[in-house]
Amino acid sequence: MTPHSLPDHPHPARRRWMAVLARADAAAIETRLQACRDLPPYIRLRGPESGLVMVRGRAGGAGGPFNLGEMTVTRCTVRTDQGLVGHAYVPGRDARQAELAAMVDALMQDPARADTLEAAVIAPLEAAQQARQATRTAKAAATKVQFFAMQTMRT
Amino acid sequence: MAYVAVKGGERAIDNAHTWLAEERRGDPAVPELTLAQIEQQLGRAVDRAMGEGSLYDRELAALAVKQAQGDLIEAAFLLRAYRTTLPRFAHSSPVDTAAMTIERRISAVFKDLPGGQLLGPTYDYTHRLLDFALADPAQPVATAQAAATPEAMPRVADILRHEGLMEADGSPDGEPGDLTREPLAFPAGRDIRLQALARGDEGFLLGLGYSTQRGYGGSHPFAGEIRMGSVAVEIEPAELGFAIDIGDLVLTECQMVNQFKGTKTVPPQFTRGYGLVFGFSERKALAMALVDRAMRAEELGEDVTAPAQDIEFVLYHSDNIEATGFVEHLKLPHYVDFQSELQNVRRMQAEAARLRETAEAAE
Amino acid sequence: MSGLSPGFADPVADAQSCFRAVLDAMSRPGRLRRIAGLTPAAPLGHAAAALLMTLVDQETPLWLDPEAAGARAWIEFHCGAPLVEDAGAAMFAFALARPGLPMPDLTSLCAGTHESPETAATLILQLPALGSGRRWRLSGPGLRTPEVLQADGLPADFAVRWQHNHGQFPCGVDLILCAGDTLTALPRSVMIEEA
Repeated sequence: MTPHSLPDHPHPARRRWMAVLARADAAAIETRLQACRDLPPYIRLRGPESGLVMVRGRAGGAGGPFNLGEMTVTRCTVRTDQGLVGHAYVPGRDARQAELAAMVDALMQDPARADTLEAAVIAPLEAAQQARQATRTAKAAATKVQFFAMQTMRT
Repeated sequence: MAYVAVKGGERAIDNAHTWLAEERRGDPAVPELTLAQIEQQLGRAVDRAMGEGSLYDRELAALAVKQAQGDLIEAAFLLRAYRTTLPRFAHSSPVDTAAMTIERRISAVFKDLPGGQLLGPTYDYTHRLLDFALADPAQPVATAQAAATPEAMPRVADILRHEGLMEADGSPDGEPGDLTREPLAFPAGRDIRLQALARGDEGFLLGLGYSTQRGYGGSHPFAGEIRMGSVAVEIEPAELGFAIDIGDLVLTECQMVNQFKGTKTVPPQFTRGYGLVFGFSERKALAMALVDRAMRAEELGEDVTAPAQDIEFVLYHSDNIEATGFVEHLKLPHYVDFQSELQNVRRMQAEAARLRETAEAAE
Repeated sequence: MSGLSPGFADPVADAQSCFRAVLDAMSRPGRLRRIAGLTPAAPLGHAAAALLMTLVDQETPLWLDPEAAGARAWIEFHCGAPLVEDAGAAMFAFALARPGLPMPDLTSLCAGTHESPETAATLILQLPALGSGRRWRLSGPGLRTPEVLQADGLPADFAVRWQHNHGQFPCGVDLILCAGDTLTALPRSVMIEEA
């Protein structure tokens, strides 16, 4: 995972919550949303629909771009009754996740709701994702090779 | 080539497919495999199906592996067919493997490299002894954990490049060609070659890579670095107007380092072969990097003498879906072709017999 | 963005039935087909919007008539097509035609090559009316006997312009005419005279 909120990014806050929602499964978002009452009605402007993103790499890691292969992606766009438009692009084919993520994206743009949603949905999901990542990183760290040079062995 | 349309096999085909389904399921007394089991416990098979199917979706790949009874070329074929039913929304920005969340990272050229060597969940150093304990359900394993140092892990190739010992990266700009949109044409640039290798057959590339080590187009490669882990994918949807992060992919990257004697214009330095593959597919990434470097022979002014250096040969034969299609088409009815062959051989035999009789009569 | 209307209600079935209508229209030039509705952005009519939703996507560069600028955001969002300034680089072009508004020059669009005539562009032209107005006699592949097409808004010299396009066969631009919820097609293979 790269840092979600690059300081020079024009929309660091929105970029962060969209990245968190992309990594959360539908059940997890739904469970967290139960704490938020009075969710406004919305209509689907587009999707949820599944499609592909062609993932690119670079020759040698930093050279010319090439097409590595595709991944499945599901997207959705909704509009709330207040006119807020939420977008989601999530990996895989879960239509429910995409729709929930789009709805939360719309509601996070409403200053009256953003704090509640941040506390109930985004922050806990992000913490769970970071904890999962930290566990894997810690397992990798335990496989780090500690070389002993021969001269140290002799003394 | 001519084919004859043959009717009358429908019932046989239906019955064959029903039997196939029954055989796939096996003994109903044995619990059926779930996709989650395949995804979790046959991860390397899932990775290979995704890589050669050129479609990253673990759940779909698990389904393909199940449907194909573990035949991974068939599974890749199923994924390739499925992907044609989906619209393409976007292409990603090139993934930044330098920012990978590393789970394994080793270098065969530097012992003490910044960030260290992380073995990760590897088969290396196992003794390849069958573990009979696995035959019975076992208790969960508790993996050791250690505090991770927040140390940067620069790519080894970048370290060499900063010292001026490694060839420069190519231009980072340009729109890469796409084999899924335009048929293969020659000369094929490195962008097309890398795409073809990334979806190429592991066995074919492994054999070709091995051939370069055994002297067929030999260069002297070192595994500069192999890294495996997750990278974030970013796209920039027009309706948003800025880049968003749409989740992580597990990738394996291999940077192969080769000595290069230099030319009149280029100083002696190291050159690279590059491998990048979906999932944890280290053997494939290594083989890809060897073959990528071999195919650069002409570009680097080396003699093109070996199969792995022959771009057309490699690219025309690395795709196992194409290969299996053409090889397996031999099973289709060729009744008319063969009738003509049969007549030819009979005529030639009769001709030969007559000549022999004439010769004997003359003696 | 907050003023956008949705696209097809049933994306798969609606796009399939629209595609079927285009297929029929291309194989029976001049015959009128109806397209069931969605709520497009002005000035797009129902048929034009459905055609764009069905035929145009991320991989088909689209040239958009400046007169249709009001629908630009809707098209970009729902079709996702890259919009191109140079009509010659477009795989599809969308234009409005009405009296006083010149029809785009067919020669400005890609006519394909003899090696790949399938790369020719398709022009979707929205007219004030189909089934009334000036009469054109169509003949050629797909028509056992000549058929008369009535269309309002095509330029007076349309038959001459078409002859030039048709004369390049197998290259040449295909034309889909639409008005309101009606469409018809004039593939490059059809011959057109004033009737």
